[in-house]
Amino acid sequence: MNIYADNAGTTKMSRTAIEAMTLYFDQIYGNPSSLHSTGQKAAEALFMARKMIAEILGCEAREITFTSGGSEADNQAILSAAAIGARKNKKHIISSALEHHAVLHTLEKLKKQGFEITLLDAHENGIVRVNELAAAIRPDTALVTIMYANNEIGSVQPIAEIGKLCRERGVLFHTDAVQAVGHLYIDVAAQSIDMLSLSAHKFHGPKGVGVLYAKKGIPLTSLIEGGAQERGKRAGTENIPAIMGMAAALEEAVSKIDENTVKLTAMRDRMIEGLLEIPHTILNGDPINRLPGNVNVCFEGIEGESLLLLLDSKGICASSGSACTSGSLDPSHVLLAIGRPHEIAHGSLRLSLSEENTAEEVEYMIQNIGDVVAYLRSMSPIWRDLQEGKRSYVIQ
Amino acid sequence: MLYSEKVMDHFIHPRNVGTIENADGIGEVGNAKCGDIMKIYLKIGNDMIVDVKFETFGCGSAIASSSMATEMIKGKPLAEALTLTNKAVAEALDGLPAHKMHCSVLAEEAIKAAVKDYYERNGIEYDRTQFPDCASCGHCADGECH
Repeated sequence: MNIYADNAGTTKMSRTAIEAMTLYFDQIYGNPSSLHSTGQKAAEALFMARKMIAEILGCEAREITFTSGGSEADNQAILSAAAIGARKNKKHIISSALEHHAVLHTLEKLKKQGFEITLLDAHENGIVRVNELAAAIRPDTALVTIMYANNEIGSVQPIAEIGKLCRERGVLFHTDAVQAVGHLYIDVAAQSIDMLSLSAHKFHGPKGVGVLYAKKGIPLTSLIEGGAQERGKRAGTENIPAIMGMAAALEEAVSKIDENTVKLTAMRDRMIEGLLEIPHTILNGDPINRLPGNVNVCFEGIEGESLLLLLDSKGICASSGSACTSGSLDPSHVLLAIGRPHEIAHGSLRLSLSEENTAEEVEYMIQNIGDVVAYLRSMSPIWRDLQEGKRSYVIQ
Repeated sequence: MLYSEKVMDHFIHPRNVGTIENADGIGEVGNAKCGDIMKIYLKIGNDMIVDVKFETFGCGSAIASSSMATEMIKGKPLAEALTLTNKAVAEALDGLPAHKMHCSVLAEEAIKAAVKDYYERNGIEYDRTQFPDCASCGHCADGECH
């Protein structure tokens, strides 16, 4: 038995994506910047991929910049907005406490350069409040950056409302949509999104490639100098095979959103129901406004890394927000941001499903997770103290 | 693979898990906030460790370190158990990743805490310098260890 339930980490590439790439390794292998026909064939392919992705996102082809992935796109979006703001002496940025580190660490860097950062409260359900954002916007606010959907707890933000508010108040709005693209319907025009980051390997595309969408008129700051590729905003010969794979994977993922959502939501909700039957277990994130494949719970009295290793020995690939899985002292900043105390956050488990998972696998996982949690609790001194009343339960 | 085969073996099949009723010494170190707590139970007779059990809340290497450390002191004289170092535990496990070394420190300290508890319960004089406080593992940055 090998069940892959870590699709928020990365996904298996689809046959469609692999097949879309192969042609560009040894057939159409030219450099799109070359004038000769071999290069121009690659340039045409690049143009087609750009157009395909733009149509899916609801923008123009020239608003698409290819990057090495979501992290680069996040960095470039934020640093570009900061540069625009700084020219007008606007040095305030609003974000949330549950952003990916690609956003938070970039904001930390800007803070050292004199920017002021406001992180909106994520509340217990992991969703920011639009009225709190409205109150936080100031005349010197250069950017609002709020992730579309959270990678750990799956909560989906009210992106269209945030976009509308930012547009009304004349503030740039960026969203890290790495977990959302290919899984939720996105229309950057209808949702008033100025900048958006995506990554191909989260929707069965290849790793190491992504997109930064930036609405026309927003000048991007290049992070990599050295050539005129990507309108001079991202030097380096384009990774044509990866870009073609990304475009094909995205097209396929978007064409299946409806059927995948139905299938995934049913599996997700069954999984949540099954796991919450384990005593002293709590769901992290919003039960409704949630990515269709995301399950994230905390079990009281156990630690996540040992849980993951035992699940792996039973053929289940999952993830956790415990400190031991990150190599740092603190558990997941997202779980702390939604108010989970440290000792509870250490006992978190994330299962991120894809449409390739089955109902049988879900039942197998529920059964085995229950067994492993019971086993680890049986050797946990914290669990003993809880059972003997020497310590009180955090999760009722 | 993050862990050696030895670590995985002691993690998947931990030795000496459980508690000892009417234990002669109990030591608990670590802290829930940091994500690991180790509790060691000792049965002592004629200055020998007759039996040892552990309970651990923590990661794979914490459980493996507890298992290995208890194996290393079982049936040994108390004086010898006190010389067990975290390095010896880590070596017996064929090494631990650098950021997991504190797990072996916890094992050493849990044993020492249990022996200390035995000495104190029985009014036995002991050399306090042999028992460093658990903050020495450096794991808990805020020094909240007990």
